[in-house]
Amino acid sequence: MNMNNIWFIMKRELSGYFATPVAYVFIISFLLLTGFSTFFVGNFFERGEADLYPFFSIHPWIYVLLIPAISMRLWSEERKSGSIELLMTLPISVLEAVLGKFLAAWAFTGLALFLNFPLWITVNYLGSPDNGIIVAGFLGSLLMAGGFLAIGACISASTKNQVIAFVLSLIVSLIFVLSGYGIVLDFFSSWAPATLVDAVSSFSFLTHFDAISKGVIDMRDIFYFASVIAVWLFANAIVVNARKAD
Amino acid sequence: MTLRIEIDNLAKYFGEIKAVDGVSFSVKKGEVLGFLGPNGAGKSTTMKMVTGFLTPTRGTVRVCGHDVLTDPIAVKANLGYLPEGAPAYADMTPDGFLRFIADIRGLAGAEKTRAVAIAAERAQIKHVMFQPIETLSKGYKRRVGLAQAILHNPPVLILDEPTDGLDPNQKHEVRTLINEMAHDKAIIISTHILEEVHALCHRNVVIAKGQVQFDGTPHELEAMSRYHNAVCVSVVNVDDDSLAAFLWALPFVDHIEALSGDRGFRVYPEQGKQITAELSQAIRDNNWQVASLHAEHGRLDEVFRTITMGKS
Repeated sequence: MNMNNIWFIMKRELSGYFATPVAYVFIISFLLLTGFSTFFVGNFFERGEADLYPFFSIHPWIYVLLIPAISMRLWSEERKSGSIELLMTLPISVLEAVLGKFLAAWAFTGLALFLNFPLWITVNYLGSPDNGIIVAGFLGSLLMAGGFLAIGACISASTKNQVIAFVLSLIVSLIFVLSGYGIVLDFFSSWAPATLVDAVSSFSFLTHFDAISKGVIDMRDIFYFASVIAVWLFANAIVVNARKAD
Repeated sequence: MTLRIEIDNLAKYFGEIKAVDGVSFSVKKGEVLGFLGPNGAGKSTTMKMVTGFLTPTRGTVRVCGHDVLTDPIAVKANLGYLPEGAPAYADMTPDGFLRFIADIRGLAGAEKTRAVAIAAERAQIKHVMFQPIETLSKGYKRRVGLAQAILHNPPVLILDEPTDGLDPNQKHEVRTLINEMAHDKAIIISTHILEEVHALCHRNVVIAKGQVQFDGTPHELEAMSRYHNAVCVSVVNVDDDSLAAFLWALPFVDHIEALSGDRGFRVYPEQGKQITAELSQAIRDNNWQVASLHAEHGRLDEVFRTITMGKS
């Protein structure tokens, strides 16, 4: 594994985001959505609590919608334009390319997430929140975004069509979120054994993110997201290898 | 003479379709190999296997001694590759694109700046270095791809249709560039433009239906033509019938045919020998006056058709 190659690919990919309006459209949509839902859906003011729980709790749903828009182009564009032939005949390994692209998308999402910092300032101005919890929330959110991105990257490698990549990523992401959502779990618990219900919910991003966003940093939750990222990126490399020339 | 590219019994099947079926040839340093064949003959598939983009169904490829299956990174480091259609990152500028390639190729600092400048100079894209690649014309895109391929001065170049879509001036420039680089590299270029056989190639491999049909020099390729060493002759002060009778009687003539739409005959020699000198001497011995006399080298388009459509 050559770290330099990963860095060069990441750099190229990142500069690609800002060469087109994609980056700005995404960041503005992301900030509008998080801002809107924090105040109007999460009732930030009415709750009267000095924390960012309303802000973080909406993140899984926003990511389901917006992350596929970032990940869809990662590989399908390369396959469509044929530049994948160029990339894959440069002296780099598939895994280096996969990691470089993933890290670029992750860094970009991290930037969008970081641009929510005025909210952090606001909550500190209005009250005295536990900033440790907020830091944990940001880190947890970033980890979860990585999970969604890894799913989207792998799916993007399986098609030349960005719209298909977007829709499929959205559906798979939604499944990973919904499996921990109350209504869905209630549906299972009405007939399925408790162990199955637990198994389903333990696969959910919601279950693992909820604890982190409340400030509880459990190694198991971190390990969960790390494994999701690793498994999907590994699958991504396999898919790229198998489908690159199609 | 060291072998830079060794291809042995290479094959690629896509399901039932045998795109490439047992291709073997090699390329030495200093050699430009013209890879000819009709569309769909397996040229691009072969090149994709040599460059490590496609995994062969069977067979081996070695580039500068490295096996593409066991050591793909070393193979790719020694290669410059222009894929078919010259794909690039459309939203980048040639400058940004070449710098990215230089990074990956392990060039840094002054060395990188120099490599990018030289490649841009050679591919003649200096004045479009800061325009997005997607806004460039087809010819410029192709040259950006070429600059990318030669950037790290690789010992082996694989160019898939480097002159496709270029105008005659651009074609000439690209051919000049390839000729300049030929002496210290091993180069494979695929083409279906037959004039490039003479303009560029030291050797030709013709493939059709996934198999090598011919491997030899451009001269040998021409010699396969039925027109090879045939002489077109017309004489001023003699009628065609007498001339025909005279030509048939010459010992070194195999047969003759009338030139269509013109006076005179095409004279085919016995066993493909050169007969221009003897023929002109024989006519002058008769005190006839030659109106025109020229030997044909052979017609590549006809040879190409014969080879690739199956021998009749």
